[in-house]
Amino acid sequence: MPDVDLRVNLAGVTLKNPVVVASGTFGFGREYNQFYDLGELGGICAKGLTLHRREGNPAPRIAETPMGILNSVGLQNPGVDAFIAEELPFLRQFDTKVIANISGNTPEEYGVMCEKLDGAGVDLIEVNISCPNVKAGGLAYGTRPELAAEVTKVAKAHAGKTPVMVKLSPNVTDVTEIAKAVADAGADALSLINTLRGMRIDVNTGRPILKMNTGGLSGPAVLPVAVRMVWEVHCAVPHLPILGMGGVARGEDAAQLMLAGASAVAVGTALFADPYAPLAVRDGLAQLAARQGLARVAELTGGVRPW
Amino acid sequence: MKVERKCKIVSKEWLNRDAVYLVLEAGDMVRTSCAGPGRFVHIKCGDSLLLRRPISVCSCQEDERSDLVAIAFEVRGEGTRWLAGREVGDTLDVMGLLGNGFSVKPEGRYLLVGGGIGIPPMRGCAQYTQGRSTAILGGRSADKIILRDCFEGECAKVCIATDDGSLGYHGFVDALVRQELEQDRGYDAVLACGPRPMLRNVAKVAEEFGVPCQVSMEERMGCGVGACLVCACDMKDGTRKHVCKDGPVFDSREVDWDA
Repeated sequence: MPDVDLRVNLAGVTLKNPVVVASGTFGFGREYNQFYDLGELGGICAKGLTLHRREGNPAPRIAETPMGILNSVGLQNPGVDAFIAEELPFLRQFDTKVIANISGNTPEEYGVMCEKLDGAGVDLIEVNISCPNVKAGGLAYGTRPELAAEVTKVAKAHAGKTPVMVKLSPNVTDVTEIAKAVADAGADALSLINTLRGMRIDVNTGRPILKMNTGGLSGPAVLPVAVRMVWEVHCAVPHLPILGMGGVARGEDAAQLMLAGASAVAVGTALFADPYAPLAVRDGLAQLAARQGLARVAELTGGVRPW
Repeated sequence: MKVERKCKIVSKEWLNRDAVYLVLEAGDMVRTSCAGPGRFVHIKCGDSLLLRRPISVCSCQEDERSDLVAIAFEVRGEGTRWLAGREVGDTLDVMGLLGNGFSVKPEGRYLLVGGGIGIPPMRGCAQYTQGRSTAILGGRSADKIILRDCFEGECAKVCIATDDGSLGYHGFVDALVRQELEQDRGYDAVLACGPRPMLRNVAKVAEEFGVPCQVSMEERMGCGVGACLVCACDMKDGTRKHVCKDGPVFDSREVDWDA
């Protein structure tokens, strides 16, 4: 089979291949570097950062569900300054793109973090307006178009030349409304989907498994939701590049998201069963593209032929 | 470093109605990991479950041909049921050895406390200290006191407590810990694994006697290597550490027992 060009462009950033690891599933990369060279990845979305250190929610923070998991970590992280001082230099050693993921309690906090990260030199900033596991900010910004637009504007104003990608929540009636508001506010890219809110109850005790009662659902169970939402958003704002995610575990899953309109894909939950999942997705995607006679994997993007 | 391996089951034994003992051929897993007891393996349990199951190592042995890792677990849910259904000759997808185990000296003398399915991990400590340690084993009833013969061969002394009095002392292990520490001030530390209330009570007694205490904690786990941060353990200083990477063994004085 002929070699397929795996490079893709995400908001002006060239990824060597379309497979990124999703924020919150990969820490800051150190743990997975014992399995393979992080330079094999198209990019790394680092664990979600806040302005100050956060300890996150009490355990249990994870529950297994049919073909999925619920989590309620609650943005445990060392804070943006500690990331820049201690983690970014480590990530910078590898030939891969570094994407910082940020959450704020106020639009101003997003601005401060963007300024710091632009100064420190990350390749992309992923603005999280969709975390279902924190009380302030988080999901509230992601479910109201005017707030989503405000956060995007502030982020763009402080991110300098670093492209800003806004991470959208699936926990909305119409995702295209938020996508359009964020696009109009100047976002350079979109990433979707974040987790879907869910709950699991232990029938013997009557207690929810998660200490926070509810959490965010991810894993193969959410893939069709992600494909549908990426497709809707791509149709609504065709000029904006999309990082698609939600249940990707195989090359075929990644291809679906790309056909729906994603320029690149993120692998998350699949890592827990198989630390090598991102590489398997990359290889599977390359084989699939080769079988279809494509010269470039990027040709898949938006190629769906809807009825 | 290699972390994930395909391991062949070379022996299997039911220890009681719910607990299974497996010995795995683990390649160079033991040789290439840090020495010492109390670490765990993270096992993939079939294709339909997305999360691996963390299981403490019971004992391990380096061997030129292939290292051996013994584990014992109780059937509690879908994952462990799948695992209990595997037979000798089957292959498992195993990550290990993971986590930080007990901080012990081979020449030390320890009071080992295991409750229920927390008994097997203490066996590694018994072997590591070459027969000098004392074991206190507890369970709901006599059938839950597993691996008793092993401990009797590998410890200076073995005491047993059951909740229903069907074997040994009628009551909880912390009463035996108190008795032992009253009689013998020569232990370097108390090392414990078991349900959280048991660990809390054992830690309390150890603290009363001024003896250091290390506890092996359990929590619902995700990645197993410290990346996903789900297996949080509340610390007294207000931070949340992680059972998979910072633990599973913690100094009992660091743990926030009221959380």
